Amino acid sequence: MDAGDIARAVTRIAHEILERNKGIKDLALVGIRTGGVHLAHRLVRRIHDIEGTQIPIGELDITLYRDDLSLRKDQPILRKTSVPFKISDLKVVLVDDVLFTGRTIRAAMDSLIDLGRPAEIQLAVLVDRGHRQLPIKANYIGKNIPTSREEAIEVHLEENGDEDRVVILRA
Amino acid sequence: MTLLIQGGHVIDPGRVNGVADVLIENGTISAVGPALKAPAGATVIQARGQLVLPGFVDLHVHFREPGFEYKETIESGTAAAVAGGFTTVCAMPNTNPVNDNQAVTEFMLERAKAAGNAHLYPIGAITKKSEGKELAEIGDLRRAGCVAISDDGKPVMNSLVMRRAMEYARAFDVPVVDHCEDLHLSEGGCMNEGLVSTELGLPGIPSAAEDVMVARNVSLAELTGARLHLAHISTAGSVRMVREAKARGLKVTAEACPHHFTLTEELTRGYNTHAKMNPPLRTMQDVQAIKEGLRDGTIDVIATDHAPHATQEKQQEFTEAPFGIVGLETALPLTLALVDDGVLTLEAAVDKLATAPAKAFSLNAGTLAIGAPADVAIVDPNSEWHVDPARFRSKSRNTPFAGWKVKGRVTTTIVSGRVVFELDRSERQA
Amino acid sequence: MGLKRKDLLSLTNLSADDITLILETADSFKEVSGREIKKVPALRGKTVVNLFFEPSTRTRTSFELAAKRLSADVINFSPSSSSVVKGETLLDTARNIEAMQADIIVLRHSSAGAAETLARGVKSSVINAGDGWHEHPTQALLDLYTIRSRRMGFAGLRVAIVGDVAHSRVARSNIFALTKLGAEVRVVGPPTMIPLQIGQLGVQVYHNLDEALRGAHVIMMLRLQLERQGRALFPTIREYARHYGLTGERVKLAEPGAIVMHPGPINRGVEIAPDVADSLSSVILDQVANGVAVRMGILYLMSGAG
Repeated sequence: MDAGDIARAVTRIAHEILERNKGIKDLALVGIRTGGVHLAHRLVRRIHDIEGTQIPIGELDITLYRDDLSLRKDQPILRKTSVPFKISDLKVVLVDDVLFTGRTIRAAMDSLIDLGRPAEIQLAVLVDRGHRQLPIKANYIGKNIPTSREEAIEVHLEENGDEDRVVILRA
Repeated sequence: MTLLIQGGHVIDPGRVNGVADVLIENGTISAVGPALKAPAGATVIQARGQLVLPGFVDLHVHFREPGFEYKETIESGTAAAVAGGFTTVCAMPNTNPVNDNQAVTEFMLERAKAAGNAHLYPIGAITKKSEGKELAEIGDLRRAGCVAISDDGKPVMNSLVMRRAMEYARAFDVPVVDHCEDLHLSEGGCMNEGLVSTELGLPGIPSAAEDVMVARNVSLAELTGARLHLAHISTAGSVRMVREAKARGLKVTAEACPHHFTLTEELTRGYNTHAKMNPPLRTMQDVQAIKEGLRDGTIDVIATDHAPHATQEKQQEFTEAPFGIVGLETALPLTLALVDDGVLTLEAAVDKLATAPAKAFSLNAGTLAIGAPADVAIVDPNSEWHVDPARFRSKSRNTPFAGWKVKGRVTTTIVSGRVVFELDRSERQA
Repeated sequence: MGLKRKDLLSLTNLSADDITLILETADSFKEVSGREIKKVPALRGKTVVNLFFEPSTRTRTSFELAAKRLSADVINFSPSSSSVVKGETLLDTARNIEAMQADIIVLRHSSAGAAETLARGVKSSVINAGDGWHEHPTQALLDLYTIRSRRMGFAGLRVAIVGDVAHSRVARSNIFALTKLGAEVRVVGPPTMIPLQIGQLGVQVYHNLDEALRGAHVIMMLRLQLERQGRALFPTIREYARHYGLTGERVKLAEPGAIVMHPGPINRGVEIAPDVADSLSSVILDQVANGVAVRMGILYLMSGAG
């Protein structure tokens, strides 16, 4: 995917979110660190362009909810979770860059639920690369990219000082 | 039994220093000279390339018997002694019961005789139970075989009691040995007070705790005319005061321990309980002063303060672990290191290990003169080995020198003409 | 990444980067502590043992809360003096605890070096929660966190540590950490309470409180051990309070906006006047709150599978 593909996908997902939720009432976006946060901000901007209103946005660090913490030799660096609004009774759209095994989303959902009781949790991803290990499915997908397990997918974004693009690294 | 030690470098301080043979007959030295003829039936010990020395004399050991036999016994302690080249040891009275009476003294002598290793001379207590209050029966202790008196480890704090002890001891010409420590100044302390103790948060023992008692004891020796022997001095201040006392002609002798001229307080970092002893390891300046004191003769004697403790005792928290390390089996190479460093001549080193200590306590030992008891240490001065506490003859393993590569090793020890120690072939390469 | 060490025994062997990592990690837990549900599953299945040979309700509670908020199982173990009488050594006790599969042992002990002795003997991670006069690393880290949360940088920060420095593990840990981070540390107290060689640790020594406070950004009061009265460290509490007690007047000598810290528990009216302890410049309660977040961060960082 190049910059144009990514921009079009974000625009489409913004429309899909609005359509499915019938507007912005009780809607909030929460990006998963770090790639998901940037995409969430883009989606919020796009929705603002369409609806003229800023919806609440949060940032989630799911490290403390990972299911492999007890297996790791060194603990990963923590970044801050910042969800500066009450999520209870909101429809929360989790945003991530790549959907793969589903473990990150599981952790993100547990993390969200510890912050409150949302009315609904939905999931938006830029890329779905398959190979799910948990029964998790995205509501909004930028692009399905079939990959082999050995391949890696990297999402580069301008926010990280890069050019917008998605690349597949062969093993 | 007749023994002829052939071809070794014989050093008998002040008398002989060169290649010679030593003939031993009936437990005494009968001849020292070139190319002696082996009498019929004599056992010949080949000592070419080795040093033939008067057996060493340690004025300061703790053999824990009676009372603490799990740390050491007179048998294991004297076995450690001869393995380290020591043929005469003086055992401190801080046993349980305290050696403050004839019965304990006789018991210790009996045990040493039964063990048949090194000669053992008990040091009697100055005060009953070493409580620092009432004088022990010093005359009877002397008569029973004690060669000096000391309340080592529990120094006499009351200066009047110390004065009376020094005065009274004169009647029996027995030296008074003091572990110089002001117990008020050192209260709770477990290492040298200084930068390291500040960093480690450990209660310190200031140099002054030793210095003030050295000063007191020197003053009392001057007042009373007693023979004063200062145990294990560890500070630059002590060295200075002893030097000055000797210059004024007082009857003062002093000893230093190998750890005090080899190690500094830095070793305490990491809360190494093998660096915990009393007096504590001091600073580099103190180590330099001790070496200078040994060099210029201010310090007469090298003694080990052999203080065995069980492994579990030393595995405790630093503040709880007991003071002290074993020393008999490492003293020789650590002393020879001073010769390599140019601090002492070889002859001076032998003097401080054997001849001077015998003189300080008036013991019939420390010389290879004709007619002297045939107590001999044969030493390979070039043998390099690794200190392995598992091989110690001592019951205890508490040494800070484990794993050290050292030079100089006892190969044979003879006590009263009898070979009591021979280094195993398997150990020679160790 | 991570701390790359089994134990947290002392701040002397942590680098400035390690300290920064701990403080930043604590930020995340400060956020968790602000939630309605103050609990995350990071240490699920891990066992934290609070092994306290010395009573300390505050530190133990703080560690306990931290461990529980991380979902660890927590056991509080305060060996009675009877087991000591029975001859069980620290190491024996610890090995027993290790046999119960403790992942982290938090040790408080009256003996300097006890944590290091313990760490050598067990495979579990050991966190020093105060060993004799030696160190109290987590207390210093929460002090640093509190200073930092007041938007104060450490480089050039003037910190006056007041009181019985000689017998204070809090002082030692703070001295080691603050000097490492570039702060200017002043220690002040009567000479009986200031070790002779402390200047060699890179601090400035004062015996006059007013002089030490001039220009200070942080005033760190130490708890006076009242039982040391008369044992030659100071003649009377009254005299101590007069010469070394922090009053509102004295706070004015410090830099405007200076903060007052105290590791607790406070002797009100002795080392610190009541109105100072309760004043706006006092961050004493912040320290307590931050303590939980900092200890969560430390437990998290120490909880790697090893």
